[in-house]
Amino acid sequence: MQGDDVRTMLKDLRNHRLTRRQAAARMGELGLSLVTAWALIDRVTAGPARAAAAVGRGTQGTLKLLYWQAPTILNPHLANGTKDFHAAHVTLESLLHADTAGNLTPVLAAEVPSIANGGVAKDGRSVTYKLKPGVKWADGRPFTSDDVVFTYHYISNKATGATTYGNYDDIVKVEPIDATTVKITFKNPTPFWYRAFVGENGMIVPRHALDPYVGSNSRNAPFNLKAFGTGPYMVDSFRPGDLVTYKINPYYRDPNKPAFSQVQMKGGGDAVSAARAVFETGEYDYAWNLQVEWPVLSHMMGSGRGVLQPEPGGGVECLYLNETDPNKDVDGQRSSLKTKHPFLSDLKVRQALALAVDRQTMATQLYGEAGDPTANLLTTPSKYYSKNTKMAMDLDKANSLLDEAGWKRGPDGVREKNGVKLDVKYVTSVNSLRQKEQQIVKDGWEKLGGRVTLQSVDAGVYFSSSPGNTDTITHFYRDVEMFTDSFDLSPVSYMEQWYSADPAKDIAQKENNWSGQNLVRWQNAEYNKLFDEGVKELDPQKNTQIWIQANDVAVTQVAGIPLINRKSVNARVKNLQTGPNMSAFDDATWNMADWKRVG
Amino acid sequence: MTKYILRRLLTSIPTLILISMAVFAIVALAPGDPLSGLATNPDVPASVRLTILHQMGLDQPLPIRYLKWAESWLLGNWGYSFGSHMAVTRLLLQRLPTDLWVLGSSYLVAVLIAIPIGVISAVRQYSLQDQVATTFAFIGYSLPTFFTGILMIIVFSVKLHWLPFIYNVTVHDPIGVLKQAIMPVAVLALFQSASLTRFVRSSMLDNVALDYVRTARAKGLAQGRVIRRHVLRNSLIPVVTLIALQLPGVFTGAVVTEQIFRVPGIGSLLIASLQNSDTPVLMAIAFVAAILVVLFNLVADVIYGTLDPRIRYG
Repeated sequence: MQGDDVRTMLKDLRNHRLTRRQAAARMGELGLSLVTAWALIDRVTAGPARAAAAVGRGTQGTLKLLYWQAPTILNPHLANGTKDFHAAHVTLESLLHADTAGNLTPVLAAEVPSIANGGVAKDGRSVTYKLKPGVKWADGRPFTSDDVVFTYHYISNKATGATTYGNYDDIVKVEPIDATTVKITFKNPTPFWYRAFVGENGMIVPRHALDPYVGSNSRNAPFNLKAFGTGPYMVDSFRPGDLVTYKINPYYRDPNKPAFSQVQMKGGGDAVSAARAVFETGEYDYAWNLQVEWPVLSHMMGSGRGVLQPEPGGGVECLYLNETDPNKDVDGQRSSLKTKHPFLSDLKVRQALALAVDRQTMATQLYGEAGDPTANLLTTPSKYYSKNTKMAMDLDKANSLLDEAGWKRGPDGVREKNGVKLDVKYVTSVNSLRQKEQQIVKDGWEKLGGRVTLQSVDAGVYFSSSPGNTDTITHFYRDVEMFTDSFDLSPVSYMEQWYSADPAKDIAQKENNWSGQNLVRWQNAEYNKLFDEGVKELDPQKNTQIWIQANDVAVTQVAGIPLINRKSVNARVKNLQTGPNMSAFDDATWNMADWKRVG
Repeated sequence: MTKYILRRLLTSIPTLILISMAVFAIVALAPGDPLSGLATNPDVPASVRLTILHQMGLDQPLPIRYLKWAESWLLGNWGYSFGSHMAVTRLLLQRLPTDLWVLGSSYLVAVLIAIPIGVISAVRQYSLQDQVATTFAFIGYSLPTFFTGILMIIVFSVKLHWLPFIYNVTVHDPIGVLKQAIMPVAVLALFQSASLTRFVRSSMLDNVALDYVRTARAKGLAQGRVIRRHVLRNSLIPVVTLIALQLPGVFTGAVVTEQIFRVPGIGSLLIASLQNSDTPVLMAIAFVAAILVVLFNLVADVIYGTLDPRIRYG
């Protein structure tokens, strides 16, 4: 039925009985997502597809990218933020690319190592890469296994201060077997051999440019401001905080690529006007990370000039519930492990709070195409997405759970038990979207008979690591906090948030300068056991199952309330083809050799 | 005169030292550090974070950091940006030409508009021209640049597609350069000319009523000559000082307008460095601004004395 409706509508559109905007609105009513609707409309109104003609090297002029955060350094291993990785990835390449599901494809490697082809050792202690032969750096020197070995030494030297360090800390040595073969040996058997040299964190740097700059003078290397690699383009000029221009790497391995003679990456400004530059004025071909409120963005998309590229894996916006008492001071710290939270340590209260959150409203009104409601804490790589959890808003069930647990409504409508009131202090960072989310959560919880006080802290303070400031996420001197933690190709570092085998080290507290990864102070033996197994299990299928189970335990025990599975949203003009450039684990610029204009 | 200038320069030294200390303290004590973006990044363990802080010299106590900064500053080394590790001087020089071009032209346009309009408004006080000029002056003065900027973008870029709204330094053809400068220059000129017009007008009105003007008229001089030779010359003395005092702004950038049009000037560098706690860059901009303000104050005083022979330096 619905399919027929859409078909008639598309026919009307083709015969100009409907305008593009009307058609989009009608499809929206039929329950189609706006992105799908516009994609369909574009296909219908584009006319007959042109045959894909071969595009020669440098034949398509300038490609203009717009980043509202400006790149400040072009060496990915010294990156200050995502934009620096994206800027570096135009020139540098990794051994493998990883997509959002966690699937690997070769870039500088000749093939993806596996147990079948002998690349991955059966005991999980090493992996051997075959490199593409004949690859050259942009200055004409050959790329060899020596550069891979050097990249490891560069990153793993602590004095270098590499911000990609964490992906290489389980490696014992990287050694060249011959010019195009390199072997990586791990400290312990690991199923996650693909953390190093893969995707965003795995770009290989040229030894001959950085050899004198390993260690404490790493930040003085001229390479950092004028990077060149094995990729399709090389840096031509760089104005930190404003603009990078790239020219073609004359030694790039495919003589027909890249299509553009020049690439410009402009930085600065704000996300709304970046969206405007693609959708409304067409000044730019590509815009990164359009964190714009959905009604504004969907209005701009109506122009039909651009296409949105939503990609899951932007992290899970999550409510974290404190297991300890944030109001009691013990040994000079609040939220001490020696205390128990007056009401959040009660499982039924946590379950009730989870049932009273209206994720659907949050997703449709605030996020649109930029996020889906989710009941899972672990969503990315998508192979770990659990199908066992249920997402439901059920106020009746939530109320009866609280009744059962003995929380009675007082004269002021606020529930209490043994003189303790359900009085929730709920904090997040200052951000207009987050403040609206807080409002939706607050509405639900007040219907349960809770009293909710909303607070917000400047992001620069909230996410900082300063031990002296008590407003940080790690101190957690509130009942509930809300933020998004980012995913990694291996689920280990993300899932550490609930791990507590060694509370003194794993849980954030004064004794370890609040450096523990577990902020909610939640302790669960079953979870810890699954976590320990997941770190070791070498069989990929079994390993995936273990992490799904760990997610399920944390969700049913309400160690956190997942809200939205966020997506990163980029936009391109319609006639720019970018291929499968979006990934949660790689930069949107990783395949720039294949970008071209069509039509 | 030379003695006066020398004395003024010497007395400004302690002022500048105090300013540098205050700015340094504020920047250093503000919450957040250049690594706050990495705080939730699991790839950066605490030990690596400490290494980076050490490389930046941020692990030392505040007074030591200040003394080190002051010492290298006096030796001409303004330090390196925490973000890019580019020399701060190079970073500033990259951006100065854009500022001189965009902000310089906006000041020029503002002066060229404000003086004639202000004169006409004063000479024909309460006439239609005066009313219109006054209305525009108040509109220009009360509308913030972020509003006029976005309004112009919506009209001239989004609706009419006449002008680009993103400033691009790689554009070199004269028409392109002009087109991308029109909106930021117009926004700034509107704002600056508004206050300047009012200033010229009131300064003219002050003089028109004075006895020497009556004497000039009594001598039988024509109205135009009275206004040009006598009233205008004397009225412009305070205007010149006002312009001299505003000139340091050309070098320190226009924060809001640069942000809206993505003009890569010193103002947008200042904002970015504030957000990233990039102390060396912040210090350089703030301190250069302080020096320029002190210098141009002196220049304004000297000009005042030259233009107005009644002023004596003692």
